Amino acid sequence: MSIVKAKELVHEYIRRDEEGNVEMIQTALDHVNIDIEEGSFVAVLGHNGSGKSTFAKHVNVLLKPTEGTMWVDGKDISNPIFTYPIRREAGMVFQNPDNQIVASVVEEDVGFGPENIGVEPDEIWRRVEESLKSVGMLKYRNHSPNKLSGGQKQRVAIAGVMAMQPKCIILDEPTAMLDPNGRKEVLEAVHELNRKKGVTVILITHYMEEVVDADRVFVMDSGKVVMDGTPREIFTRVEELKEHRLDVPQITLLAYELKKSGLDIPDGILTREELTEALCRLS
Amino acid sequence: MSIILDHVNYTYSSGTAYEIQALKDINIQIEDGQFIGIIGHTGSGKSTLIQHMNGLVKATSGAIYFNGQDIYDEDFDLRNLRTKVGLVFQYPEHQLFETTIFDDVSFGPKNQGLTKDEAGLRAFEALKMVGLDESLYYQSPFDLSGGQKRRVAIAGVLAMRPEMIILDEPTAGLDPKGRDEILDLISKMHDEKNITIVLVSHSMEDVAKYVQRIIVMNDGSVMFDDCPSEVFKHYKELEAAGLAAPQVTYLMHELKERGIDVDTEATTVEEAKRSILKALC
Repeated sequence: MSIVKAKELVHEYIRRDEEGNVEMIQTALDHVNIDIEEGSFVAVLGHNGSGKSTFAKHVNVLLKPTEGTMWVDGKDISNPIFTYPIRREAGMVFQNPDNQIVASVVEEDVGFGPENIGVEPDEIWRRVEESLKSVGMLKYRNHSPNKLSGGQKQRVAIAGVMAMQPKCIILDEPTAMLDPNGRKEVLEAVHELNRKKGVTVILITHYMEEVVDADRVFVMDSGKVVMDGTPREIFTRVEELKEHRLDVPQITLLAYELKKSGLDIPDGILTREELTEALCRLS
Repeated sequence: MSIILDHVNYTYSSGTAYEIQALKDINIQIEDGQFIGIIGHTGSGKSTLIQHMNGLVKATSGAIYFNGQDIYDEDFDLRNLRTKVGLVFQYPEHQLFETTIFDDVSFGPKNQGLTKDEAGLRAFEALKMVGLDESLYYQSPFDLSGGQKRRVAIAGVLAMRPEMIILDEPTAGLDPKGRDEILDLISKMHDEKNITIVLVSHSMEDVAKYVQRIIVMNDGSVMFDDCPSEVFKHYKELEAAGLAAPQVTYLMHELKERGIDVDTEATTVEEAKRSILKALC
């Protein structure tokens, strides 16, 4: 079953001058068709300004389509009666951890969402505990968020989304501001949620390495979906990715370069283990 | 030009319950024309360290010498130091403020006391260096893309004609192409203008590809200070400090363990490729 479905989705940013006349129209999404299966882990790649974030903002109705339709869990996002129900089902995590923490104690921050929608106190505490546990942050429940590292703050933000018990979580470059360790922590937490709780994950990123374990990858450019496939299918097309201002994981690049130099290596190598195996077979 | 940090210590909120020693006995010498990378996990002291290098933060103890002069001397001109050592903060595009790109870039040199013409000339030169299209010079900086804004911000520092530029994670949030463009620009500033570069980065792959020397910060101390191939030999210790080696370094170690005679010191795709081809062909 599909959880997020876009049909001929168009979004235009319109800028008006002082008299209200249209000054500029920028097409951020240009007839996008996407179908995301419930429970899958999907990655969206694309250069700055390719339309990824605009797409993501439609999934929890921060933006509405100019043309076309999007359904989240079968609900049409253009219909205002669905705005709040959809926001509960599709939670969003942004790039900067400092911009999305509201409370002065970790557990209160996580409980903020459910409290806002009128969940019973006992149930709130149960959700807070469970969410913090699922991202490995339970022992920090009484800490002050500003003393946490970037990776820990992002995991608290993810726990805050999880406490709303969404079906789908959208992460817009959640690791862009983190160090390698923080990046690893956040990704592990997200994969864990996907595997154990069956939450659909839509991950927007610039780090090619983070995409390797996704079920499916979409590449966007100029508001269109230009590539769509498994990570292996996508990363085999090195030259095409470069045309879209992207690259491939370092290991994939090395394998590609070695193949070009005449070594007999299979296409679309994604991990160190695969390349080690392929090279050992040659020696 | 050289900067010497001699037994530098720095303590935040000294004398309160929140006292944190951010730098512990730092001894570093930066020579003219070097291209240096600083790596370290969040909170390891990288940002505090670079703020010492142009006198934004004053060491709790220890001394810093710029071209042999103690920067904490009463008659030392700190203002001059700050034009000689340019600092590009994280997300520098947030600091753009003028109505046109050209005005924004000439703000620094004007502040230095140059005439309008001279400042304009400097701005023109700097914008040319960062490769921004001339048709954009009189547009608002806020209409540019993220990567372009960042280049304008770097031009603003370049226009001061610094001898050294320190960049705090200049590629954060950029797409791969934008990242390569900024790094190539930094490398060009180093090669063509002979500007000393200090690059703070979270990307081991980028550091391995561009810099000559890596300073690894851990818990406020210098953990390693050496060339990339030497530093990444200690990949296990780096991991313990919340860092990592480039992916290819791990690969080379695995291949070596499996009996393929490759060079484990390779840290870039290019080096790894050469070594693997040599071992297998």
